Amino acid sequence: MSGLSCCQGPARKPGADDQGSPGPYVDGAVQTPAGPVPRVSTTLTPCDRWGALRVRWGVGRGSYSVPPGLYAVGAPDAASRVLVSANYKLSFDQLRRTMAGRDAWILVLDTAGVNVWCAAGEGTFGTDELVRRVQAARLAEVVSHRRLILPQLGAPGVAAHQVRRRCGFSVVWGPVMLDDLPAFLDAGLKVSPGMRTKRFPLRERAALIPMELVGGWKPAAALLLLILLASGIGAPGGYLAGVLSSGITGATTVLVALLSGAVLVPVLLPWLPGRAFSFKGLLVGAAAAAMHLWLLVGVPHDLAQGLEAGAWLALAASLASFLAMNFTGASTYTSLSGVRKEMRRAVPLQAAGALLGVMLLVGARLVG
Amino acid sequence: MTTMTYLSDVATLALDPDRCNGCGSCTKVCPHAVFELSGGRASIARRDACMECGACTRNCEPGALSVEPGVGCAAAVIIGALGGGSDCGCSVKPGGGCA
Repeated sequence: MSGLSCCQGPARKPGADDQGSPGPYVDGAVQTPAGPVPRVSTTLTPCDRWGALRVRWGVGRGSYSVPPGLYAVGAPDAASRVLVSANYKLSFDQLRRTMAGRDAWILVLDTAGVNVWCAAGEGTFGTDELVRRVQAARLAEVVSHRRLILPQLGAPGVAAHQVRRRCGFSVVWGPVMLDDLPAFLDAGLKVSPGMRTKRFPLRERAALIPMELVGGWKPAAALLLLILLASGIGAPGGYLAGVLSSGITGATTVLVALLSGAVLVPVLLPWLPGRAFSFKGLLVGAAAAAMHLWLLVGVPHDLAQGLEAGAWLALAASLASFLAMNFTGASTYTSLSGVRKEMRRAVPLQAAGALLGVMLLVGARLVG
Repeated sequence: MTTMTYLSDVATLALDPDRCNGCGSCTKVCPHAVFELSGGRASIARRDACMECGACTRNCEPGALSVEPGVGCAAAVIIGALGGGSDCGCSVKPGGGCA
């Protein structure tokens, strides 16, 4: 996938101070006492949408950034509001689109192309970088007020009281979600109930599914190949027959469980029983694997078949549980202490489940 | 839909009420409405909703709040246990989801 040639953004080095060559989203400049400030379009082009689709699938995600610095939307003046953002192009694009029909300044911090919340956690969307950018952009000369509007999710990295002390600008915490920004601005920078809370709606969970699939396909493919090759060992009827029968049964059962875990756990997250992600994955994986086995080979009618079905079920459910546990990293409400506690309990059980699967398969071969 | 809740009784969040000046910053920056402000003091109203992002401690000027901040990410814990960095590849999350 080479992409559209117009979608190549300007080359820039991480940490570069200047805004370099203007990106295709720059459609003019606004003159200020601190010099010309690039003005950005508030409409997204097919290239912007194509880029967004690509990063949702993990393509070019590491370098999807815009040059940091000060930008203008509309025709801002010295009294216009200043919004602070990260230089992840997906966030930047959504912000400028949201600002259609308004006049404002956008101060983009260098977060190495990482979104606001993640960058705040890492400290790159932080007090030091904000103060540095305010000074580098000579913002005090551009605007007459001393107020910055930051996304609330930037708070893990930015100490508002230190920003005020160090550069004289006070921080107003905007809403969590960009969708609420127009209402927040229209209400005179007041949040309404709900704007301060990070939810994890279906739309957002579903958007993460592509990354679940992209991130896991390599180890999953290696695992499925291993299952195919190993299941021929000691199989009644010879190695190749074993690969073609029980190998395909086992590999497809595990595949179905993993796909179910990657898709259904995010989608059904609030409705699956339990709080631990590993438990939710176990349920989904076991149910999907059992259904697949039932449809593919039916009810076992001797001990060897029963043991083998149990082997695939145990293996598939353990792996789906492990996969679902990793979705904690994408969720918006899990704590590190909680994840550690979950893993202390779940990982030994997942390992035991996988081992049980292998033992059952060996047992099936011994009695078969 | 209300916010989802993870495991109970795990958060390392602590509040020293004697140091709280009642500024209310914690109620503004917390993305899970953990805090309530009453009688000029903050209190931890929903401890189990805390995801230990560290926004409150970073913005608590008198230093009344403490938490062991981190990213609730199993992959990061595994990478950390294997001797790697603590980065969970958090930048893979679109639209702001990190923890």
